[in-house]
Amino acid sequence: MTKYVIKRLLGIIPTLLIIITVSFFIVRLAPGGPFDGERNLPETIKRNIEAKYHFDEPLLMQYGRYMFDILRGDLGPSYRYKDHDVNFYIFESLPNSMILGVIAISISVLFGISSGILAAVKQNTWADYLGMAFAIVGISVPLFVIGPVLQYVFAVKLQWVPTSGWYTVDGNWITIILPAITLSAANFGTIARLTRSSMLETLRSDYIRTAKAKGMKSSTILFKHALKGTLLPIVSYLGPAFAGVVTGSVVVESVFRIPGLGKFFVQSSFNRDYTLIVGVVIVYSVILIFMNFIVDILYSLLDPRITYK
Amino acid sequence: MKKNTNKGSAPLLDVRNLQTYFKTDEGIVKAVDGISFTLGEGETLGIVGESGSGKSVTNLSIMRLIQSPPGKIVGGQILFEGKDILTLSEKELRHVRGNEISMIFQDPMTSLNPFLRISTQMIETILLHQKMTKKEALKKSIDMLKLVGIPAAEERVHNYPHQFSGGMRQRVMIGMALSCEAKVLIADEPTTALDVTIQAQILELINELAKKLNTAVILITHDLGVVAGMCDTVCVMYAGKIVEKAKTEDLYASPSHPYTFGLIQSVPRLDKAQDGKLYSIEGQPPNVIDLPECCPFHPRCNKKMDICTYKYPPVKKVGENHEVACWLYADEKEKSST
Repeated sequence: MTKYVIKRLLGIIPTLLIIITVSFFIVRLAPGGPFDGERNLPETIKRNIEAKYHFDEPLLMQYGRYMFDILRGDLGPSYRYKDHDVNFYIFESLPNSMILGVIAISISVLFGISSGILAAVKQNTWADYLGMAFAIVGISVPLFVIGPVLQYVFAVKLQWVPTSGWYTVDGNWITIILPAITLSAANFGTIARLTRSSMLETLRSDYIRTAKAKGMKSSTILFKHALKGTLLPIVSYLGPAFAGVVTGSVVVESVFRIPGLGKFFVQSSFNRDYTLIVGVVIVYSVILIFMNFIVDILYSLLDPRITYK
Repeated sequence: MKKNTNKGSAPLLDVRNLQTYFKTDEGIVKAVDGISFTLGEGETLGIVGESGSGKSVTNLSIMRLIQSPPGKIVGGQILFEGKDILTLSEKELRHVRGNEISMIFQDPMTSLNPFLRISTQMIETILLHQKMTKKEALKKSIDMLKLVGIPAAEERVHNYPHQFSGGMRQRVMIGMALSCEAKVLIADEPTTALDVTIQAQILELINELAKKLNTAVILITHDLGVVAGMCDTVCVMYAGKIVEKAKTEDLYASPSHPYTFGLIQSVPRLDKAQDGKLYSIEGQPPNVIDLPECCPFHPRCNKKMDICTYKYPPVKKVGENHEVACWLYADEKEKSST
């Protein structure tokens, strides 16, 4: 097992190198550049800017320079935001997105799994229909609808919480509730539906029939015999879902004015801010790869048939 | 190999006119339609029939393990030691399941929980029905595994099901099923999913243990050879009904229903010249959805009469403990009563 963990962790390095290389060249294939939006600059100034960011050098040399910087942990300067470099923007915004994301995914998991189990056990009753109706709403109603609706009901009408804000800005933790619920909606729906179908399938399996034939209580059957098998597909869904949620959502961040990482995904692409694009891609990739690794470990813990050497 | 049935005393299990129907979109499937049989203490009863004849549904009904919906036991009684299982509360039912009546299934590969150790699965069964400490239950589990012939049981009890072969898993299932000294063991095609060489071992094991622990056995199978070797009494099922019921010797000596006759003929035998062709009953078993009131076997029967096509035959005694449902044995009065 230890050997497997080391092997997997080492495997992250070549994967990341490939991802960085591909994104480095792909962003430069897109038409336009980081400084195209500015007013027509005199030739000398333009040349000075290009020289400063080494744009005058051959592409391969720029690549080499960039890779060298990355190995030292430096993601380079942002071409758009002149005050700080990419490292600063990521380390400033990522924790905010992470906190929000972890809370959101916890809500999704907690309510998704419990309502999925309830729906499966009470199949075709009002509990099932209600839970699955909520799940469909969570999946199909977009964030930019859920967010403002929650704001209207709980902030404007009931005035239980402020409409927006963030604890690093105003020191108020309560503002995290609404965005977390908004961000959890889609994953809640998917997890609830996955749990329901997985639980139904498990409950129909032969070994559950054996447990019933042995005279076990339904609650024991549910939690001791059926739960592990039910959770397997949910665990594999959670890996990528977690990576997606903790790297921020541009919609939730703009609706609730949260200084998160999500906006950089969108803005850096529009700005052709090459270093920032590759920077957020690296962050996302590292989290995704790591989560997939965690999923595999969890799998082996849940299912004794899976062992790693 | 055979045991004497103790006649006279009340039977251990008395199934009376059991009806289990399934509601489907196409109509009502009468999977089990009015069957009756009894099982005495220590007796071995065989239930034979083709796939879909209602053998398994019969036995799942006895344990009340029919998925509902779509299935439902709509009529009859299942008397176990005089008490009707169908009227038991959920709690009383759990006391019967695994304790008084236990069951082993067709596919040992999927019938054990792959996520739990054998020890966990065996101990929980024992603790459920017997006053024991966990330690004693573990010891009992090991003893049961030894009894069913698992080598190095002390270590293997802590393994997971996937670490056993199919035959070994079925042995574990048998050990688990008998760990609470059940009075009835229902074996639902226990060897169908196993290699031929293993089949005989497993059947021998069931037979031997049943005798040792004085457990009555209901053996569901489609293999007449198995029945001949193990069972005291045989019920032949066709389309949800018992068409013939007899002592095993009588059934083989004088099969009365044309279907039974066909089944016995279909068993390939090396000692008989067969000019290279295997005997088979023509046609397919009927679709049991909305079956009319005829004898369901009549389209395949070579002794078909007019009355077979519109009326189900009465059950007639053709010998001691030998009953058959066929118009061939009905008297004229019954035939003309329509």
